[in-house]
Amino acid sequence: MLANMLQRFGRFLVLAAVFAAGAWTYSTGFIDDFLWHWPDVQYLTVQHIWLTAMSGSLAIAVGIPLGIVLSRPSMQRVAESVMQVLNVGTTIPTLAVLALSMSFLGIGTVPAVFALFVATLLPITRNTFAGLKGISPALMEAAAGIGMSPVQRLFKVELPNALYVIFAGIRTALTINVGTVPLAFLIGAGGLGELIFTGIDLFDPAMMLAGAIPTALLAIAVDALIAVIAFLVVPRGVNPTLA
Amino acid sequence: MIELDNLTKIFETGNGGVLAADHISMTVPSGEICILLGPSGCGKTTTLKMINRIIQPTSGRVFIEGEDTSGMQTEDLRRNIGYVIQQIGLFPNMTIEENITAVPRLLGWERQRCRERARELMDVIAMDPNLYLHRYPNELSGGQQQRVGVARALAADPPVMLMDEPFGAIDPINRAVIQDEFLRMQQQLKKTILFVSHDIDEAIKMGDRIAIFREGRLVQYSEPDDLLAAPKDEFVESFLGDDRALKRLNLVRVGDIVSPDIGTVRPGETLETARQRMDEFGYQLSILLVNDSNEPIGMVPRSVASVTRGYCRDHYQPVPATIHVEDTLRKATSLMFAEDTTWLPCIDDAGQVCGQITQRAMTRHLGSRFRSTTRAVAAAESEA
Repeated sequence: MLANMLQRFGRFLVLAAVFAAGAWTYSTGFIDDFLWHWPDVQYLTVQHIWLTAMSGSLAIAVGIPLGIVLSRPSMQRVAESVMQVLNVGTTIPTLAVLALSMSFLGIGTVPAVFALFVATLLPITRNTFAGLKGISPALMEAAAGIGMSPVQRLFKVELPNALYVIFAGIRTALTINVGTVPLAFLIGAGGLGELIFTGIDLFDPAMMLAGAIPTALLAIAVDALIAVIAFLVVPRGVNPTLA
Repeated sequence: MIELDNLTKIFETGNGGVLAADHISMTVPSGEICILLGPSGCGKTTTLKMINRIIQPTSGRVFIEGEDTSGMQTEDLRRNIGYVIQQIGLFPNMTIEENITAVPRLLGWERQRCRERARELMDVIAMDPNLYLHRYPNELSGGQQQRVGVARALAADPPVMLMDEPFGAIDPINRAVIQDEFLRMQQQLKKTILFVSHDIDEAIKMGDRIAIFREGRLVQYSEPDDLLAAPKDEFVESFLGDDRALKRLNLVRVGDIVSPDIGTVRPGETLETARQRMDEFGYQLSILLVNDSNEPIGMVPRSVASVTRGYCRDHYQPVPATIHVEDTLRKATSLMFAEDTTWLPCIDDAGQVCGQITQRAMTRHLGSRFRSTTRAVAAAESEA
């Protein structure tokens, strides 16, 4: 009873705070400043999404097959070394990767996509590899024992059962990717970073936030989107949250 | 029929080869269950898994239904062998129906035929198809999962089945139920089955034949009763346990040793007649009273018959216990112990008395073929 009342009171407090914040920002003219950037926000958001989509799909297209290849028993010896090399892609700060990429590929979209691809590749490959390696040996023995060929085993048993873990990797990777794209502005690839960095340089908080808020919303949206896709694609018997 | 011909497996390890199976040769006749039994690391599982090439044999051949399997494609070979493992290994991403029809789908059966086959098999394993076919494995209990595991192995109706400790992970009560179900199923299906177990009681219950393994070698291959009565060496004897004579009680039916000579009295006969008949048959304590259709109705005690006059129908006590001819000696022994008696009247399917079974007859039957290796060795030494 008391908890219920407290909860209701808390909700009221939040609403009141949001309203107060809204009223205050409006009174300072902040919202008008923000809206002044709206056409830029629209244009740059599309550019931002493009950068994520290109680098992300490239990372998925390379990461999943790479994870599959590395998980094959014949690759056991090299798998960990390859993983270490990929690890470097994540260990080196993205800014440094961008700088390196720029020194080889120049400025513009191509080096930015490449750098983002490098930074995104590891979580996807790592999770694909771990998901496939984590399948119980008993399941593999059963699949072999009923007469599935290695290819049938991969597509009918291994991948479906690793999907949940693979999707977790894609989700992490793409969310990080969206959050990293603003840095691509630094090598001339555009994106919402344009508003953020220019806003910082000009000490214009409205401009800065006009870039930062859409970036944050975009990251949340991508995360939610992948979660929905995963829910629809992962077989019901494999999804641990449905067990 | 499964025939193993000098099947050998050597595992290469860092410090030389390990001989896991040493020239195993044995034949399992069609429609029989052969149990591979032994302590862990004895080579029984290795031998089983060489048959469907989960483990590649180092040398030797396997014949199934007389055909040499070494020329067959691994996938084709495996699709013609039902395979059940201890960890069950149902595919979590597939429904029960998809799991059961996995092999038929690999063989390219039509959808309709697969669906019918799945419903048919659910009936065989006594699970409601409407309730379970569209569920996922993680929604089933362990016992149900293993039933589905067996159904999956049976799906394409293979002549041969390999089972690797299939009921090992199930709790004892459910295990007994599923073993009974499986035996009932086997009576109709008549598959040739190789079955790995480390449980001597399971082996005796399930096996038509038992193969005992030790350190990669097949030590003894006999029918369960022969095995328990006459183990070949001290290892087998110690593996079977020092109560192996008692374990045979499960294998012998009352009908095998029932004696048709049983003295009975009818309700209309006098107590005098009852007493005379007790003397005639040598009964110390009492005699069985039967009605006109030869069904047991009571016992007339000697203490009453020797001091009272009258008819049996007025002086009887309830029958303590009877035993059916199809029951095992184990149940008979248990009843005798429980009722403090040395004999039991036996009844047939119609409920009529058809004879008696005595403790003496049981011990004579079990003792006549019992052989102790230590005693045999001692006898051989004294002769020499």
